[in-house]
Amino acid sequence: MDAPLIEFQNVTKRFGDKTVLDRVNLQIYEGQVTTIIGLSGAGKSVILKHIIGLIQPDEGVILFRGRPISGTKKSVLDASLARISYMFQQNALFDSQTVYDNIALPLRETTNLKKTEIHRRVMARVKQTELTEAVDKYPSELSGGMQKRAALARALITDPQIVLFDEPTTGQDPVRKNAILSMIAQYQRKFNFTAILVSHEIPDVYFISNRILALYNKQIVFQGTPEELESFDHPFMDEVIGSLEALQKELTGLYSQRQFKILNHVQMKRRSQKDPYCLVVFGLQELHAIMSRVGYDTAQEVLSTMGLYIDKHFSAIGGFSTRRSTNEILTMVPYSTLAETEGIVSDFVRDFNAHMIPLIGEKACPSASGGSVDLVILAGIAEGQSQGDIDSVILLARSQQKEIGRLSCAAGE
Amino acid sequence: MALEITIRNNYNNNGTREGWPWLDPFTMIGRAVIGWVNNLGAATIFLGQALWQTFRRKQFSKTIQQIYFIGARSITIIMLVSLFTGMVLGLQAYHALTQFGAEGAVGSLVALSLIMELGPVLTAIMITARAGSAIAAEIGIQRISEQIDALQTMHINPIRYIVSPKITAAIISFPLLTAIADLVGIFGGYLSAVMLLGLNAGVYWHSTQVYVVLADVTNGFIKSIVFAVLVATVCCYQGYFAHMRRDSHGAQAVGLATTSAVVISCVLILVSDYVVTSLLM
Repeated sequence: MDAPLIEFQNVTKRFGDKTVLDRVNLQIYEGQVTTIIGLSGAGKSVILKHIIGLIQPDEGVILFRGRPISGTKKSVLDASLARISYMFQQNALFDSQTVYDNIALPLRETTNLKKTEIHRRVMARVKQTELTEAVDKYPSELSGGMQKRAALARALITDPQIVLFDEPTTGQDPVRKNAILSMIAQYQRKFNFTAILVSHEIPDVYFISNRILALYNKQIVFQGTPEELESFDHPFMDEVIGSLEALQKELTGLYSQRQFKILNHVQMKRRSQKDPYCLVVFGLQELHAIMSRVGYDTAQEVLSTMGLYIDKHFSAIGGFSTRRSTNEILTMVPYSTLAETEGIVSDFVRDFNAHMIPLIGEKACPSASGGSVDLVILAGIAEGQSQGDIDSVILLARSQQKEIGRLSCAAGE
Repeated sequence: MALEITIRNNYNNNGTREGWPWLDPFTMIGRAVIGWVNNLGAATIFLGQALWQTFRRKQFSKTIQQIYFIGARSITIIMLVSLFTGMVLGLQAYHALTQFGAEGAVGSLVALSLIMELGPVLTAIMITARAGSAIAAEIGIQRISEQIDALQTMHINPIRYIVSPKITAAIISFPLLTAIADLVGIFGGYLSAVMLLGLNAGVYWHSTQVYVVLADVTNGFIKSIVFAVLVATVCCYQGYFAHMRRDSHGAQAVGLATTSAVVISCVLILVSDYVVTSLLM
């Protein structure tokens, strides 16, 4: 592996009597997405603030491209720091300036670009972050999600080489969370900057991260790939990852993907090579429309109720489910052929339409006014073999999806 | 260093004093003085940095905006206060001087009082109340909401971007507002002494013209510039370091920083008024 871009050597930081970081050692490599995970208040943001120079360590050394920051000439250090952008947890937007002015600020104050060029660059970022309608508004007039995107646009406006994201998805709805993480991953690939994230979004951040750093009890206890973290045997896994996964189960009523993998692994060990299994992929179309109609909390409640219903139905026959994305639920039906699973699913569809659709309708339809919305529930089944690749079975099941239910909310109800 | 060792030796490992409790008041006074000197030094460096940044690029439009906020938007309140101050001065002076048959000196008394003392002092106090408190609160909120940290991460010097235009604008605005206050105050004296009490208008203006010399006006402006530097520095400094207050945090710290800014500014205006007056005399 190349020499690290940023390295902490025995960094200790205290605030008064409280030690936040205790002899922290870590390495961050160029061109990668590195995510720091840990419980709230563990000191993750403090690590980021050390990197950008907002906080100095009490003990230890921070190396930038192998050179200690503390001994570097100010001009050289300034040049290095100028290539770093920081996106604050609370956004830190200037509340007396419009979104446009906030995004344009770094270009206006640190470059000699002409007004027209600044306008072109700002509008490009505004478009990319879907802020076109909010461009003349003040931060206080925006939703939390839009403020976050404005902060993201400001952080990326100078095309930085290193971007530090302090909990970029905090306060976002599930749709936006995925959108922001996708955007970070997309920009990281496009501009090849080094991204350092602080996040709680497990497992979502695993999909975009090359490396994970685990902060636990004031120290970095793990550095490695998301796959390596899965097999990391440490109290951190139970206390931190477990609690975050428990939160996800509470939100969706379903297992996390890690738990799903573990359950599948256990089942696989029990199964003989010839034992079949089936995967059912449930999909929800127009969930976004329902979210904007009834609000994210109610939409989340609808999703959770549905997840619990699916889990209850299939767990009775040994099945287990996980949520793969905002609008997709995956259910494993072990020891069942395709024909058997189709029978199970058709029973499920009958029950679902008889009991669940009216229940969802009560929650999603009468509480709000608006245009007519149809929430379409899809299901697709595919059979797999024990030693086969599960991802190809999921793809096959997804391609087989058919409508199994529809909830129609009339306009203005 | 020797002093530090001596003081530390009086404490045990738990941080409690082992002996000489009669020294406690002196320790407290000593700490307060050290804290005060530290703050004074920090504020002086803060002012120096802000003044240095004044001459950097891209400062002009920000300074003009601040002149509008500190100066132009304070005109109404300054005119109102100075008008009534002038009227009261005219009234009091007329009744006092009539007893000695010297009512002809009302104009000069009103003008000199305003130009040398009341104009600069009242203007500074009114700007402190109106703009100084707003400056401290604005910067304090920018500090606790991490906007100042954000500037640093964007490699924008926060002192250049936030503080310097305010101090420059105050230095430009204070003398101009003082001049307006002087003129309106003299007119207020004219209203009460001439229009209400019947003093001859020619006598009032003649007395004003004869006894007020350019040095009086210059001294008044010197005072107003001194007040501008003090008020702007104190208000910006209190807001900028609101997060480092030991007595409070967050929004409460901003509130207390604003209060401190106004109180310290007013005290400094009066203390420095005496010092500058004695130096100019």
